[in-house]
Amino acid sequence: MKTLEEINKIREEKRKELDLRVNTKADTREKHILVCHGTGCTSSKSPKILENFRKIIEEKKIENVRVIMTGCFGLCAKGPIVIIRPEDTFYSNVTPDDCEEIIQTHIIEGKTVDRLLCKDIDGKIVNSLDELNFYKKQKRIALKNCGVINPECIDEYIAFDGYKALEKVLKSMTPDEVIDILNKSGLRGRGGAGFPTGKKWSFTKGYQADQKYVVCNADEGDPGAFMDRSILEGDPHSVLESMIIAGYTIGASKGYIYVRAEYPIAVKRFQKAIDQAREYGILGKNIFDSGFDFDVEVRLGAGAFVCGEETALLESIEGKRGQPRVKPPFPAECGLWGKPTLINNVETYANITRIILEGADWYSSIGTETSKGTKVFALGGNVNNIGLVEVPMGTTLREIVFDIGGGIPNNRSFKAAQTGGPSGGCIPSEHLDTPIDYESLKQIGSMMGSGGLIVMDDTKCMPSLAKFYLDFTVSESCGKCTPCRIGTKRMHEILEKICNGQGTLEDLDKLEKLAVNIQRGSVCGLGQSAPNPVISTLKYFRDEFVEHVVDKNCRTLECKALSKIVINKEKCKGCGLCQKNCPVNAIEGAAREIRYINQDKCIKCGTCLTKCPFHAIGN
Amino acid sequence: MGETKRCPGCTGKDPFLEELCKKYEPIKDNLIQMLNEVQEHYGYVPTKAQQALSDYLKVPMAEIYGVITFYSRFTLKPKGKYNVAVCLGTACFVKGSQKIMDRLKERLKIEAGETTKDGKFSIEETRCVGACGLAPVFTVNGEVYGKATVQKLDQVLDELGEKE
Repeated sequence: MKTLEEINKIREEKRKELDLRVNTKADTREKHILVCHGTGCTSSKSPKILENFRKIIEEKKIENVRVIMTGCFGLCAKGPIVIIRPEDTFYSNVTPDDCEEIIQTHIIEGKTVDRLLCKDIDGKIVNSLDELNFYKKQKRIALKNCGVINPECIDEYIAFDGYKALEKVLKSMTPDEVIDILNKSGLRGRGGAGFPTGKKWSFTKGYQADQKYVVCNADEGDPGAFMDRSILEGDPHSVLESMIIAGYTIGASKGYIYVRAEYPIAVKRFQKAIDQAREYGILGKNIFDSGFDFDVEVRLGAGAFVCGEETALLESIEGKRGQPRVKPPFPAECGLWGKPTLINNVETYANITRIILEGADWYSSIGTETSKGTKVFALGGNVNNIGLVEVPMGTTLREIVFDIGGGIPNNRSFKAAQTGGPSGGCIPSEHLDTPIDYESLKQIGSMMGSGGLIVMDDTKCMPSLAKFYLDFTVSESCGKCTPCRIGTKRMHEILEKICNGQGTLEDLDKLEKLAVNIQRGSVCGLGQSAPNPVISTLKYFRDEFVEHVVDKNCRTLECKALSKIVINKEKCKGCGLCQKNCPVNAIEGAAREIRYINQDKCIKCGTCLTKCPFHAIGN
Repeated sequence: MGETKRCPGCTGKDPFLEELCKKYEPIKDNLIQMLNEVQEHYGYVPTKAQQALSDYLKVPMAEIYGVITFYSRFTLKPKGKYNVAVCLGTACFVKGSQKIMDRLKERLKIEAGETTKDGKFSIEETRCVGACGLAPVFTVNGEVYGKATVQKLDQVLDELGEKE
């Protein structure tokens, strides 16, 4: 247990000690080596890097150097990332074997290890994080602490204004004042639908009950989206703090966070945050001597996309199959175990502490008329800078893909971007200049969604992509509503037909008709939005569908039944590189002679295409 | 309290299940939490565990079966010694993970969700393991292989095939 005074003292002392994390001119002799421990970098052995650094420092008895694990820096494509502060040197693609050299050259000799410095897309070598184009247009609010603090240390969170918002709320604000600030800030739900957060809180507060609940939705099911996970991994306390504030505001004493079991690191770090907060008396009885009690428990999801839908999530917390409930009544009135329940997404919570501290006016000055603040996107697919980006609402897709994302790799061109995952739509190049906010994305047939943003280059086949998403919804439909359960299956069959070269023009009309019926006939968001990927690809890439059904041709080679890889006899020089690299030995022909492809064996993996130095292979 | 918390289905037979029942209150809400631990421990949910949970939580077997089959994390069959999971999340998909999946099925001659007859390999479809920066990705027993190609997969399978 810590008193408020003690916590304030920790903040003051720790803040001084950690000044070098945010201030390149910090007056200190210490150096901090920060090693990214997000899931991406962890997969490429960052824990081993951390271990090596610590071992070498101990062996060489180096003083004034600390090695710290942090959350995600964002630029996952360059992982594992190591940053040395206060000078802010940015090392990318570090391996465990590089540690020795970094310590020797950088720490002992005071020079940079040039070969590990990060190269920007234009080839320029950058010394520090801020110089990278990737970070220039970003504005970090929800991700403020990610990559700055050690997420497993509550003191570091406290040092950077942690639990200050909670103190302010408990000591000087009424619940109505909290709701008022949220309303004025214009914050909308970051889970996808964009419902005004202040309104939601005020509804839940309005219902009388002996028990109410606060729930955090961390069931990030959109495949390819990892914003919520990164926030939980990099700054779990910020979510926890806002949940406590929510509890105070709506009058709840109990909270649950529903996290995917597939996120072991996030689960572990959040649990640790809860344990530490309990130890400090920030969770539990009589928080900060205010008479307010609150506690939070972790509940694990078990791999069902539909559980990201709020009522299905509630069913799952209750230990049942995650099938959505019919609304109304909304969870604000009748939620977990029939009690009023407030459900918000991770990123929504991550914004709230800053809004309380900096004020509604500050927050509402960022963004567009109807969408305030920033949005975190998980940028992935065919783009150079794969990673996590946070931009002010109203930033255009072009800025995200080309300025921040560094454009499309391999000299390919942009074909489409997909936002909103399986519920969203494809955005073609003619809409690249659309400012991103809830309304404009809806207008062009996509949606904000939780923040997955997948970029596709011109080698991607759109009917195949639509099929891919439908395959996902077919297996994730909970089965409650017939139009969704059976309709998505039928749509998938039609798309399969098209990709196999057996489709007809009539099938395209059928798809459109089915889509409308599924949207109208489903209870929850999953069914209502399941046809979106098909509708949007049909709208913007109809000619490609027509090519599949009329010309029986797939221009990208992705539909195997419609494509055949051949070697151009005139261009082939007989080098044999293709033959050497073919995984199934489908390329035949004697040494130094023109090769040919045995179509029975060919699996159309496309390896030979990328290996041929003379561009002699094609469809 | 001690009496009601005992688990009749497993007492004295399986130390893991017994411990599990000590850890959780016998209320229905805990079903998914407990199943997660069972899945983690055995690699699947064996019938004896279903029976034990049914007795302990007073939930019919049919309902437990319903929950297990609803959530993709729970499986009713044991996985292979090497569980190869290919990420079919969107970020990996657009980078060609489907080709890796196709090749894997072709090599092992089983479908996703199945185990080879000798119990050595099983295939799993996963949706986003979180290493989108390394896409496409496959994992073997949780170890991540990033920037995967068909050749890399072949190589890994060859190495594992030779191992006992």
